[in-house]
Amino acid sequence: MSFLSAEEKGLVNGLWGKVNVDEVGGEALGRLLVVYPWTQRFFQSFGDLSSADAIMGNSKVKAHGKKVLNSFSDGLKNIDDLKGAFAKLSELHCDKLHVDPENFRLLGNVLVCVLAHHFGHEFNPQVQAAFQKVVAGVASALAHRYH
Amino acid sequence: MVHFTAEEKAAITSLWGKVNVEEAGGEALGRLLVVYPWTQRFFDNFGNLSSESAIMGNPKVKAHGKKVLTSFGNAVKHMDDLKDTFAELSELHCDKMHVDPENFKLLGNMILIVLATHFSKEFTPQVQAAWQKLTTAVANALAHRYH
Repeated sequence: MSFLSAEEKGLVNGLWGKVNVDEVGGEALGRLLVVYPWTQRFFQSFGDLSSADAIMGNSKVKAHGKKVLNSFSDGLKNIDDLKGAFAKLSELHCDKLHVDPENFRLLGNVLVCVLAHHFGHEFNPQVQAAFQKVVAGVASALAHRYH
Repeated sequence: MVHFTAEEKAAITSLWGKVNVEEAGGEALGRLLVVYPWTQRFFDNFGNLSSESAIMGNPKVKAHGKKVLTSFGNAVKHMDDLKDTFAELSELHCDKMHVDPENFKLLGNMILIVLATHFSKEFTPQVQAAWQKLTTAVANALAHRYH
């Protein structure tokens, strides 16, 4: 059984094709750090995170956001095997980075907000529903190898 | 008690002033029912909820969404006293409606998404952060009298 229906895949890929992955990545990570300030603890080496403007303009935040979202984008190409696609990253986030998996859900929610913000009414309820499913699947895949 | 800074209060009230409560309320509730279909169980007597377009066009969904978001407007007026403001509604949702409080967080997220789609200029990271804080605090206030 597929994770997404053919229709849902169409909606996700249709919107994703219009996303500037580098830009949206930086914005999503930045907004995570602003909206959920405790997440800044994972990025102590990133320099100035002292205000929303500092965070959103921070070049390390942008670079890392770009990296994260490109990885998410790769995951979308393997949408029927997210656990396999994210197995190594799951181990990394558990064993080396020690990130509470709840943060993957928070980043997923922030990404959905950023897409809603960028695409306005084009981000209609069906598109939203498909993307919520995807971010939940990715968060779950990233938590899968935790022990 | 949740403390909102002067800036957060200003960010919240300034955006609220531009919200079409009737429209946004219907849309937020509709999106909840589409994105998280199990929530439809609370609205069995609302008629046709069989598809996304049926839900978003359903007059009972729109009317109830308006009612819910109008009530949310009280939160904006009483940010320093949310638990008391929502005490009766909390008891109602527990004792009469038997709603799992997790759903309040889900609806809060839908409100944010609707704001993001409607307000491309105003929905800055700081505004998002303030509104995320508010919806979380309202969800907690609504859960506060559960027993």
